[in-house]
Amino acid sequence: MSTDSNRFPFFHEAKAPGGAEGWESMYPYYLVPSEETRAHEDAQFWFADTMHWSRGCHPFDSIGAEAVYLGVGTFSTRIFALPVSLGLDVRVKNGYVYISPLGVTDPERIQERAAVFQKRAGYYYANWDELYGKWKTKMEGAIASLQSISFQKLAEYDPDHVVDEARGRSDAMALTENYHRLIDEFFAIWQYHFEFLNLGYGGYITFFQFCKQAFPLITDQSISRMVAGVDVLAFRPDDECRRLAQLANDLGLVETVTAEGTTDQLRSALEATENGRTWLASFDETRDPWFNYFTEYGFTHDQETWNSNPAIPVGNIASYARKIAAGEDISRPIERLRAERDEIVDEYRALLTADEAKQFEELLGLARTVFPYIEEHNIYVEHWSHNVFWQKCHELAQVLVDAGFLANADDMFYLNRFELDTVLSDVVQSWAIGVEARGKARWAAEIERRKPIVAALQAASAPPAYGIPPQEVTDPFAVMNYGVTTERVNDWLGASDGESKTLNGIPGSLGIVEGPVRVLRSEKDLPDLQPGEILVAPITAPSWAAAFAVATGVITDIGGMMCHAAIVCREYGIPAVVGTGFATARLKTGQRVRIDGKAGTVVVLDDEPAGTTTDTRAEDLGVPAAG
Amino acid sequence: MFTLEFTHPDCRDVRQVGGKAASLAEMTAQGLPVAPGFAVTAAGYRRYLEEAGLKEFATQVLDGLRPDSGQAAFDEAERVIAARLAGIPLPDELAAPVREAYAKLCADCGVDDVAVAVRSSATAEDSVGASFAGEFETWVDITGAENVLAHIHKCYVSVFAGRVLSYLAEKEIDPHEIEMAVVVQKVVRARAAGVMFTLSPTSGDRSKIVLEASWGLGLSVVGGEVTPDRFLVEKIGLGIADRTPGYKHIEYRRGDAPQDVPEDRRSVLCLADEEVTALAAFGKQLEKIHQAPQDIEFAVDEELPDGKNLVLLQCRPETVWSNADRPPAFDASAGMMSWITGSISGRTAPPASGAAHQH
Repeated sequence: MSTDSNRFPFFHEAKAPGGAEGWESMYPYYLVPSEETRAHEDAQFWFADTMHWSRGCHPFDSIGAEAVYLGVGTFSTRIFALPVSLGLDVRVKNGYVYISPLGVTDPERIQERAAVFQKRAGYYYANWDELYGKWKTKMEGAIASLQSISFQKLAEYDPDHVVDEARGRSDAMALTENYHRLIDEFFAIWQYHFEFLNLGYGGYITFFQFCKQAFPLITDQSISRMVAGVDVLAFRPDDECRRLAQLANDLGLVETVTAEGTTDQLRSALEATENGRTWLASFDETRDPWFNYFTEYGFTHDQETWNSNPAIPVGNIASYARKIAAGEDISRPIERLRAERDEIVDEYRALLTADEAKQFEELLGLARTVFPYIEEHNIYVEHWSHNVFWQKCHELAQVLVDAGFLANADDMFYLNRFELDTVLSDVVQSWAIGVEARGKARWAAEIERRKPIVAALQAASAPPAYGIPPQEVTDPFAVMNYGVTTERVNDWLGASDGESKTLNGIPGSLGIVEGPVRVLRSEKDLPDLQPGEILVAPITAPSWAAAFAVATGVITDIGGMMCHAAIVCREYGIPAVVGTGFATARLKTGQRVRIDGKAGTVVVLDDEPAGTTTDTRAEDLGVPAAG
Repeated sequence: MFTLEFTHPDCRDVRQVGGKAASLAEMTAQGLPVAPGFAVTAAGYRRYLEEAGLKEFATQVLDGLRPDSGQAAFDEAERVIAARLAGIPLPDELAAPVREAYAKLCADCGVDDVAVAVRSSATAEDSVGASFAGEFETWVDITGAENVLAHIHKCYVSVFAGRVLSYLAEKEIDPHEIEMAVVVQKVVRARAAGVMFTLSPTSGDRSKIVLEASWGLGLSVVGGEVTPDRFLVEKIGLGIADRTPGYKHIEYRRGDAPQDVPEDRRSVLCLADEEVTALAAFGKQLEKIHQAPQDIEFAVDEELPDGKNLVLLQCRPETVWSNADRPPAFDASAGMMSWITGSISGRTAPPASGAAHQH
């Protein structure tokens, strides 16, 4: 396979990882690159969405890729008619999700769309707070609706109420109905997700552009500091950990909550004392909803929440409790942060002419109006809704196990959503007729075939891009959210040639720091992170916040200056370089690097993890290694 | 009072110390560091002229002069007066406080016989004002109290220079309206020096302060003889956004001939971060005082103790960007920007009720 250096491989040029041959059949046909759509696919630029799917995804989990890019598309293309962009096209390649921005170039069409956009966006901007208030109500309704879905075991006989109330139809009908409702609700929630997001980014970018024109050298960080919220929902789960840590100190429970042991042991220890019970009650009260919080973004069925693995928040609480006990002040100085933000704004405004200052105020006002949505929507959608969605999926899987169709509940996720629909029809109909499900053996064999394929897909990492990159990356989503900029794409093109000492990324959070790296693929590995280390991860969701108390810097594979890792790192004052493309693949735990959060660079300072290098050097010089 | 330190409140009175000294005192009062020193007041000059009836003597000589007397007559007057003044040193009543002030300056700087510049700071009625700038001499690298006294004496004599006298005659100004206050100020021994703009000279960005600096005096930076170190500072928050080391192969130690900088120092930054930040803070303050972006010369004095070693040398309004027509920050032709502002400026109807989640 050869590619010239101006493009990435085409989809059809990339082979499946060993053992993953035949992966294509696992996903809905329209998600898989095909011979019929090849001309279009080869003409496009595709980049990996490892922000949402950091590993190759199970067939069922590809539903997220459908829902997300249906949502983006409807709002960009059909509802708000963004003048120069349509939606993001989506494909699954070797199990990873790839997306491709679609631009509008025809000037007449742009004009036509601009007219629609101004009318419709204007309505939202003018009524933002009110509509956003409604959005929250709508989301709460959607979550409650998801919550109300239940999947009941198929019993030997239909329940009595079917007869007593003369319902005239079997309760089993609800299995397929509720499955369809589950899917529809999930898609609806992803519609809501994008109801405000495009406009939110638009409003934010406009202020951004104004600042760039008024102050050509202004940094992204300075602009975002003028806009960023100080006291927003996104920080609440972490704030709750801090609060519980403080409470543990107040109640004299630091030793208890920081003790080695399982969370069950901790619970027993706490239940033994009056103060312990007080603390536990507060902890349990916080859990719903604040610990319905995924370690990443909840796009896969097997991801943990803080509630499903309480060791994660307990670890955070323990680390904060130790700090407080050591006399450290871990509270976020909200008043001071707010005063600082206002002072920065005043100083910038004072540098402008009167007319400019007026526009500055107006656009800053817009940016601040829309920004809470940008910061908060993930809590509602990716954390709270997904949490319920996956719980319901697991409930459904259990029904299939109970019906004798599946050997293990997790097997269900090896079927895509359409296959599962077919299976449910088979199961319900067979149950009604009184025979064993007709597809049982066939799907059992297919699931066994798929298991090693998914394992092979997940063992391989995703190339950052496919296809022909544009001269300039202008799509605002690609730039702001994914950190896919023209420079980054050129880095990827160059970097594929060989090993380089430097990784380039997006400046996420200011500061320069040197230190050994700790490469972590999952939040579960966070306890391995040692003080003074620089965290390297595919992404860092806000739920990793406690890690920022330990890490001296953060490097991620994907993400832009508006990604959550960057937002949270800025909040906590940790240097961050995001969107490097390859950091988790290139860097090895123990290697020393220097990261520059302003330039967006990561420089490898030694080739081998520390220790090895020192020893070798000593030998080379003929000097006996000391100590 | 015959001497006033720049830090003395009275030193800000132009009638007592002349424009030059008053402006140095004014900057000192505002916390803007200039090289330390003191003024010998106009009263000191008057006291000198009282000595042995010098004023009357001068008046006699000058009375014979008319605007059309010709340069030779003025030069003759200079010769006669200078000869008389030469025989009369500063009286003890004046010399003693000068010696004392110089000794204190040496002590403050921590340098014995510190080198100073002696410069005129003439006072006159406002109408005469600034036209005297450049008429009088400046002497640099003067060391020792007796030399300082000798140069103050030279300043006094210079009032009666032939070209000054003819100039005054032409303007119909009585030479006795001129009162010669004198500035005695430490000569800057620059470890490093340079220029600071309170905006980015390349982009016009007003939220930035840019410093360029090199080893030694600022001559090498101003003259473009070296590639200076370049520092980009955020005006807001004073964070250093960028440090670009230059290549500084020569330096001026005294202002005459440059000397080579050893290879290993050429690419080393000549200002520490704290110095850059402190200088930028001064720049920001000067911009505020003058209500316009400034172009400032500064130095880091190697003789003065840390914390007192930053010295501002000159300050003038920046002219290139300040006078240029800046493109408006709001660019209506920039697609998204105009569509979005277009959509927020239009009035729209309030939302209809009922947008709940329905299934």
